[in-house]
This record gives sequence, C-alpha cells and structure tokens, in this order.
Amino acid sequence: MAGKKKLPLSGNTAIAYAVKAADVDVISAYPITPQTTIVEKLTEFVANGELDAEVIHVESEHSALSAAVGASAAGARVFTASSSQGIALMYEIMFIASSMRLPIVMAMATRALSAPINIWNDHSDFMAASDTGWVMMMAHTNQEAHDDIILAYKIAEHPDVLLPVITAIDGYFMSHTIEPVEPIEREEALKFIPKKVTWSVLDPDNPVTMGPLGTPEWYYEFKRQQHEAMKKAREVFDEATKEFEKVFGRRYEPVEYFMMDDAEYALVAMGSVAGNVKAYIVKEARKRGIKLGLIRVKLFRPFPAEEIMEVISNLKAVGVIDRALAFGSSYGGPLYGDILSAAYTRGVDTPIVNFVAGLGGRPVTFRDIKAMVDATLALDGKTRKDVPKEPYFIGVRE
Amino acid sequence: MSTKPKIPTIWDIPREELFAPGHRMCQGCGAAILMRHITKALGKDAIIVEATGCVEVTTTVYPQTAWKHPWLHIAFENAAAGASGVEAAIKAMKRKGVIPKDKKVKVVAIGGDGGTFDIGLQALSGMLERRHNVLYIVYDNEAYMNTGIQRSGATPYKAWTTTTPVGKVWRGEWRPKKDIMGIVLAHRVPYAATVNPAYITDLYMKVRKAVEIEGPTFIHAFSPCTPGWRIDPALTVTVSRLAVQTGVWINYEVENGEFRVTTPVPKRKPVKEYLRLQGRFRHLTEEEIAEIQRMVDEEVERINKLVGKTVIGPVVE
Amino acid sequence: MTAQLPGWKSLPPGAVITRPGSTVEYKTHDWRTLRPVIDQERCIRCRLCWLYCPEGTIIELDKPYTTKTGRKYTRTYEINYDYCKGCGICAQECPAKAIKMVEEVR
Repeated sequence: MAGKKKLPLSGNTAIAYAVKAADVDVISAYPITPQTTIVEKLTEFVANGELDAEVIHVESEHSALSAAVGASAAGARVFTASSSQGIALMYEIMFIASSMRLPIVMAMATRALSAPINIWNDHSDFMAASDTGWVMMMAHTNQEAHDDIILAYKIAEHPDVLLPVITAIDGYFMSHTIEPVEPIEREEALKFIPKKVTWSVLDPDNPVTMGPLGTPEWYYEFKRQQHEAMKKAREVFDEATKEFEKVFGRRYEPVEYFMMDDAEYALVAMGSVAGNVKAYIVKEARKRGIKLGLIRVKLFRPFPAEEIMEVISNLKAVGVIDRALAFGSSYGGPLYGDILSAAYTRGVDTPIVNFVAGLGGRPVTFRDIKAMVDATLALDGKTRKDVPKEPYFIGVRE
Repeated sequence: MSTKPKIPTIWDIPREELFAPGHRMCQGCGAAILMRHITKALGKDAIIVEATGCVEVTTTVYPQTAWKHPWLHIAFENAAAGASGVEAAIKAMKRKGVIPKDKKVKVVAIGGDGGTFDIGLQALSGMLERRHNVLYIVYDNEAYMNTGIQRSGATPYKAWTTTTPVGKVWRGEWRPKKDIMGIVLAHRVPYAATVNPAYITDLYMKVRKAVEIEGPTFIHAFSPCTPGWRIDPALTVTVSRLAVQTGVWINYEVENGEFRVTTPVPKRKPVKEYLRLQGRFRHLTEEEIAEIQRMVDEEVERINKLVGKTVIGPVVE
Repeated sequence: MTAQLPGWKSLPPGAVITRPGSTVEYKTHDWRTLRPVIDQERCIRCRLCWLYCPEGTIIELDKPYTTKTGRKYTRTYEINYDYCKGCGICAQECPAKAIKMVEEVR
C-alpha cells in the first residue's frame, strides 16, 4: 500500500475523509469551534453525492448525541463530532451511549472549557469525558487522526466490545494544520470494517425494549459488563492495529515510544505537545547528552497501564505533562492521576512529577519543556517521597 | 385540504392488545388508557421513542417490558432528538438498500408534559423544524408526576402541586398553562391534534391520521393523574369527559392549517363541575372559580373564532 | 434475593429486553382492595368497560351468552383478575350498572 497518493489535509479534513470512507449512514452534529470544519467537509461530501448519509442538523450537541443514539439503536453506522462546551452539553448522553452499548464514533477537536470562554486548545474537554465509558484515543498526526476513525469503528462494532469511541485531535494545532495524509479509500475501508450490525436494534419484526429501568437488583451487573467491555476493547485494539498494519502499512500502539531505547528520563504527553517534546529531545536534550525520551499515550481509555509501567520502572525519573487540571484532586493533572495509580498498583517506585502546561491555548515552548526536563532531572537519585506534592504550573504568570 | 376518513366506531378498535398488563402505572391512570389505545391505533409497524417519565419507568422495569413495539428510552429531554435519529437511520438504510424500501415503519415519540413543554421543548422544536417523519405524542398530566407532583409549564392556573403549595401567601400555581399547541402549530406542521381518554374513537382516528401523514405530526393528550390531581381512581374517565363538557379541554385537529373541532359541545357545563372533583383545586374560592370560568370562556371564544362558528356553546347551568 | 438472579456474564449487554410484553409475568392483583364483578345478566355488551380499562384486563370473548329473559349475545366480557388493580373505572363507566365493586377478600 506504500507510495499511494497523499493529500494535504487538515486534521479535521483528514477525519472527514475517513468518515466518508467508513460509509456512515447518519451524521448528527452541531457546529462548534474548532470541530466545525469536520462536519462542513462531510456535508460537502453528502451534498456532492460522494457520501450517501442522512445529515441531522440538530439544534444542540445534546440532541446531536441523542439523535446519534437513536440512529445507532436503529442499526445505522453513526458519526458525530464536537469540542469543549459541546462535549460538556453532551455529557449526560455520553454515559447513556456507552451504557446502552452503542458503537457510535465521535471525533473531538479538543478545546478548553469555559469560563472564561476560550476557543483554543487544551485537554479539559477530553479529560472531562474520561469516566463516561467511551473508548478514548488521541492522535498526534493528521494521518493518525484519519486512521483512528477507521480503527474506531473496528473497535466500537466488535461484538465483544460494543462501546462508543472518541478519537481526539488537538484543536487548531491539528484540526486546522495541514499535513500530508494518505487517505483510505472506501472499498479498502469497508473491507477492513465491513458494515454488519452486531448489536441489538429497533425493528418491528423483532421488537426489543432498549433503555429500561434498572433497579438495584440489576443495575450493578450492567456496570460490571461495561468494565469488562473496556478490557475487551484493549484486546480488540491490539488485534485491530495489527490487522491495520497488514492492510495499510501503518502501525499504531496504545503507547508511542520516542527515543526510549536508551532513555534514562522520560516525559509523558498526549496529543500535539508530544511533537514539541520530540523536537526538544532531538534538538536540545540529546545534544546536551541528556538521555531523555518521550512516552506518548495514544489510547487513554482503556488506559495502557502495563506498557507504561514496564518502561517507567527502568527510568531514573519521569515527568508527566497534563494539559488539563483536576481542581482539588490529590494529584493535579488527570493523566498524572492515571500514571500514579498505575505506578502504585504495579509497585513502580520511579519518581514521577507532574507538569500542568498549555491551558487555554497557551503555547508550550522549548523554554517550558526545558523547565520540565530540569525538574525531572532534579529527581535523579531521589525517591518518590521527594516528588513535589503539587504540580509545576509551567508557563503561568505568577 | 382536510381528509375525511371514516369516523371509527367503538367496534373498530382492534381487540388485540399491544400494551401488556403487569405495568406499574397507578390505579386508574389516564396515561395507561392512552397508551393502550395509542398502541392499538399505531399497529405493529412502529418504533416508539419514549422520554423519561411516569410511563417510561412504570412500563420497563428490567427484565420485563409492557411494550410489544420496538421501544427506546434515552433520557428526559431528548425523545424528539432520539426519534429524529431513528427516523434518519431508517431513511438512510432504506435508501442504501440495507432494509427493504417498502418496509413500513413509523417513528413515534412519546413524552410527558415535563419532557415536552419544558425540558424537551428545544429538541421537539428541532424535530418539528427539520420535518422529520415522526409523530410526537405528549401525555399531559399537568405536572411532574413521576417525581411527585411538582409544577410544570403545563400546570393549570390555581392548581395545587407540591411546589406550588397553597399557603398564606400562595394559592397554588399563579401562571396560566403554556400553549404547547400554539408553539407546535407555529412550526407549520401538517397535522396536530388534541385527544382525551374519554373519547377513544376520536383518539384512534387522530393517531391513525397522524401516522399516515408524511412529516412531523403532533398529538396533545389529556392525561388525568389520580394521585397528582387528587381524584378518585374510578373518576379518571369522568373527569376527562367533564374537561371536554366544560370546555377546559377542547378536542380539535389542525390539518394543513385547517382548524376543526372534533367534539363539539353545544351546551357547556360550568367549569366548577370539573374542578370540584379534584383535590388539587379544593382550595378555590367562588371568586377564583369565576376567574377560571372567565379564562375558559375566553379560550372557547378564541376557538369558535378560529372555526368561524359556535362549535363550543355557552355555559348552561 | 439477588443471589438467585443471573450474573453479569449471562445478561445481554446494555440491558436490552428481548421479550416483548413480558410484564404479563408481573401480576398486579394485590394492588386491589375492591374487586369488580360483572353481572352477565345486566351486561349490555357495550364494550365501554373493555375500552376504558387502564390495564387491558377486561377480556372480550367470542363466547355466546343468553340471559334468563332470552336475550342472546355473541360476546362476553370477563375480568382477568391477575392484573385488575381495582380502580373502578369499569363500574363507574358502565351504563347498565352491571359492574359492582365488592370488597376483595384474600
């Protein structure tokens, strides 16, 4: 498959191309910056007859996801997209979509949450969705953003999973930035993700009741099932990425390692900031003889704790970059919280420190990364007792 | 142009039940009578999307369901949005040959007054405006009965509820009921009608009509709540009938803009006869009853003007 | 109580109920304090009790009945007491006063 034609696509457009290739039946979305151009491109495809889908021009994100639930329950392949306040407005239905085990795919162009209102990028919206029962991935190139949509349907519709999937990209940094992307064509996409209804659907010839009342005698069992479905999602992610590599020649792992083979220190990051860290490692750290690597978390739910801990356990110190803040928590950044609990349960003693950076579109500069690296290096030879109890707030004015 | 189907008689109502007993709706529940006959009128080829509410919680206590139709509940405020999604999915899958093009499936959304007048109004407006081929039915029991009789935008003037209690300062609800039909009709829907459980053949005809008409249709159903209205469960149908006989409730339909009263009332009974059977109006003084009578008189006058003749007559004591 | 119920592994995902109309398994007769009794002699087979029953628990049968005065009917209305909640709408609406609400004795 190598050597195929590449197109210059923004992250959002790359997503739209993949949704078209997946031959979705229903698109239900509401405009919000910076997601909007995904749906603009998709409606252009539909308007030109390049994609045969029903577009529901809903009156809110709450209805966008509600209509997606309805369409999925009727057996359609469904797509929606949103950001920030839109995700916040969908929040109620996000839990319902996952609990009803409907394989909806949603693209998220991540953006800060109000207030003050801010259209720029951070991970507040993504992290707010972390306990909604959706499988969650975050890309770091536009090609990956494109491929994630195809992988998302593969995982979502697997009969052992049947969970909705979020594929995220960073707002603006990726959503509006153009990169060369090799688009997957419809025929090859549909070979990889054939359209087959693997879940219970609404049909007068076989009537089912969906969304009943679950009393205390029954409710818990369905929650336990969801936990298991998440574990299955991990297995299916591994199978799907292997098959994807065979078919399309691109390999994705739940965690991407950059210059980790000989690394003594690592930064952990998600999304586009990983690119800045990679550049810093090559252009600065390694030149100064610092054996720094990057651990980029692609799959966030289910959280790839084993892989990350296996690598971290051999390091001298680790810094975790969070682009969101869990106010009043015992940890600070949400990604750091996951890493810390993984370290505790796996008996990893490596000192791990937290950096909160880039909130509301604040750029994360080389200077900021240097500050993070310095603070991480300072933990060399220390124990986890020496780790600061508060995150470092990088790039904020005092 | 108004279509004039054969007016069904009581013997036209199918014997087969499509709404099973064993549900947990209250003794004498008005909505239960409505659901029985709505499902009969729909026939088997329908998908029902239900808002959170009395009917939803009492009919689908896992692992059992009273429904014989495919049925979906998502949340409180989004029955219309969910139904929009179901309808769009069927449309797309028919076009793409996934399901047979001639397969008859009507999508029906059902919600209470809270889920329709209040929290679900935005989704309803969106569904109507986008012209989804969905019939939306609101069973209006005039308060949040599922949570224990809190006032809603559908609660009538002076009614007691647990959040509009009668005290030294308050005299029950002090604002008039929201005009949901006016709001729906402002969307220029092809068909909207009001129905009442005392007039089942009228209801049957209107539901049949509404599902046959292409595009968004709406039915506003009067739905007595025995605990919420503080009425004797045996009087559900009596109170429903009195609502029509007093002009508190008017059975009508609007088809392509043409307004027609389907239950003319040549001689109206005084509104007091309707109010006195209900504990929620027990506190009313003669003056307050007279005020409600005036409000009903005004509404009757407005309807008669719309029809162009007196279809609802004067009060005859 | 919950120990005899199926565990999470054997339940269908998403709490989907695949047995339409299965509330018939749940009898609601014990809600009742009054019991409607149809006097087949007085019943005029007008269908109103069947029509207005909120439970759908008045059964319309193609069972002929001849009254003592010789009046022949092709249908009979009977009550399925498994579900009757005793609301009394049938008795209230019966134009022939053929339904009486009597005290339920268990």
